[in-house]
Amino acid sequence: MSWTPADPMVSIKDVHKSFGDLKVLNGVSLDVMKGDVICIIGPSGSGKSTLIRCVNALNDIQQGSILVEGQEVNDPNLDKLELRKKVGMVFQQYNLFPHKTALQNVMMAPVRVLKQDKAKAEAKARALLERVRLKDKENAYPGELSGGQQQRVAIARSLAMNPDVILFDEVTAALDPETVGEVLQTIKDLAEDGMTCILVTHEMAFAQEVADHIYFTDRGVIVEHGPPETFFKKAKDPRTKEFLSQIL
Amino acid sequence: MGTRHENSGVWLMTYKTDLPVMLPVTPRSPEPFAGFKPKHIVIIAALVILGPSLAFAQVGAPILTPFAVLLDWMPLLLEGFIFNLVISVSAMALGTAVGAMLGLGQISLLRVTRGTSWFVTQFFRNAPWLVLLFFAMFLLPFEIKIFGLVVPLPDWFKAILGLSLPVMANVSEIVRGAVKSLPSGQWEAAESLAYSRQQTLWLIILPQCVKRMLPPWMNLYSILTMATVLASIVGVSEVMTLTAQALAAEGGRPELLAPFYGFVLLLFFAYCYPIARFTVWLEKKFAVIN
Amino acid sequence: MDLVFDWFRVLYDETGINLPFIYDGYDRNRMIDGFFTTIWLSVVCLFFSVIIGVIGAWLQGSSFKWTRRIVNGYIQLFRNTPPLVQLYFFYFAIGTVLPKVENDWGGQSPILGSFAWAAISLSFFAGAFNVEIFRSGIEAVPKSTVEAAEALGFSKLQIYRDITMPLAIRVVIPALNNNLVNLVKTTTLAYAIAVPEMLYEANQIWSDNVNVTEMMIFMLLAYFALVGVLVGGMNRWERAMKIPGFG
Repeated sequence: MSWTPADPMVSIKDVHKSFGDLKVLNGVSLDVMKGDVICIIGPSGSGKSTLIRCVNALNDIQQGSILVEGQEVNDPNLDKLELRKKVGMVFQQYNLFPHKTALQNVMMAPVRVLKQDKAKAEAKARALLERVRLKDKENAYPGELSGGQQQRVAIARSLAMNPDVILFDEVTAALDPETVGEVLQTIKDLAEDGMTCILVTHEMAFAQEVADHIYFTDRGVIVEHGPPETFFKKAKDPRTKEFLSQIL
Repeated sequence: MGTRHENSGVWLMTYKTDLPVMLPVTPRSPEPFAGFKPKHIVIIAALVILGPSLAFAQVGAPILTPFAVLLDWMPLLLEGFIFNLVISVSAMALGTAVGAMLGLGQISLLRVTRGTSWFVTQFFRNAPWLVLLFFAMFLLPFEIKIFGLVVPLPDWFKAILGLSLPVMANVSEIVRGAVKSLPSGQWEAAESLAYSRQQTLWLIILPQCVKRMLPPWMNLYSILTMATVLASIVGVSEVMTLTAQALAAEGGRPELLAPFYGFVLLLFFAYCYPIARFTVWLEKKFAVIN
Repeated sequence: MDLVFDWFRVLYDETGINLPFIYDGYDRNRMIDGFFTTIWLSVVCLFFSVIIGVIGAWLQGSSFKWTRRIVNGYIQLFRNTPPLVQLYFFYFAIGTVLPKVENDWGGQSPILGSFAWAAISLSFFAGAFNVEIFRSGIEAVPKSTVEAAEALGFSKLQIYRDITMPLAIRVVIPALNNNLVNLVKTTTLAYAIAVPEMLYEANQIWSDNVNVTEMMIFMLLAYFALVGVLVGGMNRWERAMKIPGFG
């Protein structure tokens, strides 16, 4: 089945996931079109991080289907490498490789995994670091960078693989308040450049400003969703309203 | 900021952002034998000891199988092994006593004491145990005269003295490491309560250190026990010497080598392995949470 | 150089401090040979024990129950028995069972000499400790870092080679350092099977010259210096491998 940009880039259909006896996802479905910015919000334990980790096959699912550009993820014969070339991920703990400089962190995967030419990868890495406004920190090691700077390097690192969609797993949750802004700005720039983004986040103001669509999860299901204008002001479900009243 | 766990000697690393980059390295305690049941161990031990009997059964016609020969000699070998244990306990006691003092010397406020203690510790730590044993055996006289009494110094006594030297050096390091690993807040709190240095040391610091010193100290004992066989090289009559003599008495038959040496290995294993597991249990119990 | 040697001869005549391994050519050569044998044995054992450590640490992560059990059994066995007895077991019990080859003068000699057996035995002994050390290093690499590499598409082998091992090695350098020092000290055990390392040669010299005191003190100083150089080198290596921003 061939995929066209008219089809959803990521299509999640009725996904169920359990960790042992604990059911974390109870039938979640959502579609992400190319260029969309999707924000998933919800209380902790609602399954949002688990959901996006299923999209790039870091977690497996027991039931349901996830299609990324037409490629089924819930497939025992899945070529994980091909999938991860399309789907990038940025983690809450940045997870930079501490023994490599920022530049090396960004260019390592293209060279090793995509087998790109080293000089080309290096040039691209430089350009990416400039894009996230860290040009002068190329040769710094992660230990010498602040949290916000590290997170931006992490974003540049996943961009280096030229993905079609990037997953962001609560990427500002571990940062000092002062540095949250610079990371959000970087993501906003990415979104404006047309990158498809799926974010799990608590930053409501950011979601309101940048998202095309917002999903609210609770206890493994999507309770409510909608574009920001209607979602925040005209939430229908009592659970949604309760959550929003707590955080807004 | 990084802090070093003195006993395991590895770094606990943290970033400026306080997210740990590397998890604290715990001294590894693999599931001992990962599920081997006693019957497995018995089978393996039997293979090692009886195997050669079966291998050599076809060659010639020995009257007694190697295992039977081993059984014959077992009482003597066990006696020898007990002697090894006596040596190890004595050397440990002596070495611990002197080593503890040396360790306290290393944290002394007097520069001279600190320097000398450090040098003595390093000197005896860097020397191979066998060399120290030779040192004691050859340089100590075979008898000494105290107050007109002639006291003979038998070989095994000199061996105990020789083995207590590296123990002393290692205990010194253990003590120093344990004291250093206590947060400086303890010293500061004691000082602000007007404790004298002596009081601080004996009432506050050292009692807390005992727990931290126990696992490496037990580990040292295990190493020492295994090192007692070195005494066989310098002629002390312990289990290895007796084994060699037994093998010679039996005519140096090659099929006896594996069972006899295997038996000695088993003896030490049976003694040291429980100590190792006990040490692991102690480490977990006294797990230091800073 | 002869002047230096003669000075020591004079020292002997004047004070009775006998250091034949300096002024006497034959003894000097013996001592130097012994020194290099010790170094060579240490290097060989270090090399193989690190390889055994890396392979063992990797096997311990295997999903096969019996692989893990066998590796654990090996570690427990070699850590809880005296290295000297292990050496004897290898050299005597196993060595005599192996086939013999004809040597230069038509006699039969064992296929592996005493140096080889010492190297094998001590490598396995040190290797057992190294497996533990490397395993603890591997476990110190947070799962999330490995996950990040997975998310970028690295294969398992690439992750082990480029991420896990480099980080693990940096973490365990102090423990490895300690183990290396112990290895150098343990080479003296080879004396027991007549490997001509430093202690053995020193023994030969003091048997000939009856100058035990001087030889003993020299040995203590020699090992002190050898270990000191080693520790210094390892500390420099540790500093070179330091990742900026840590501690």
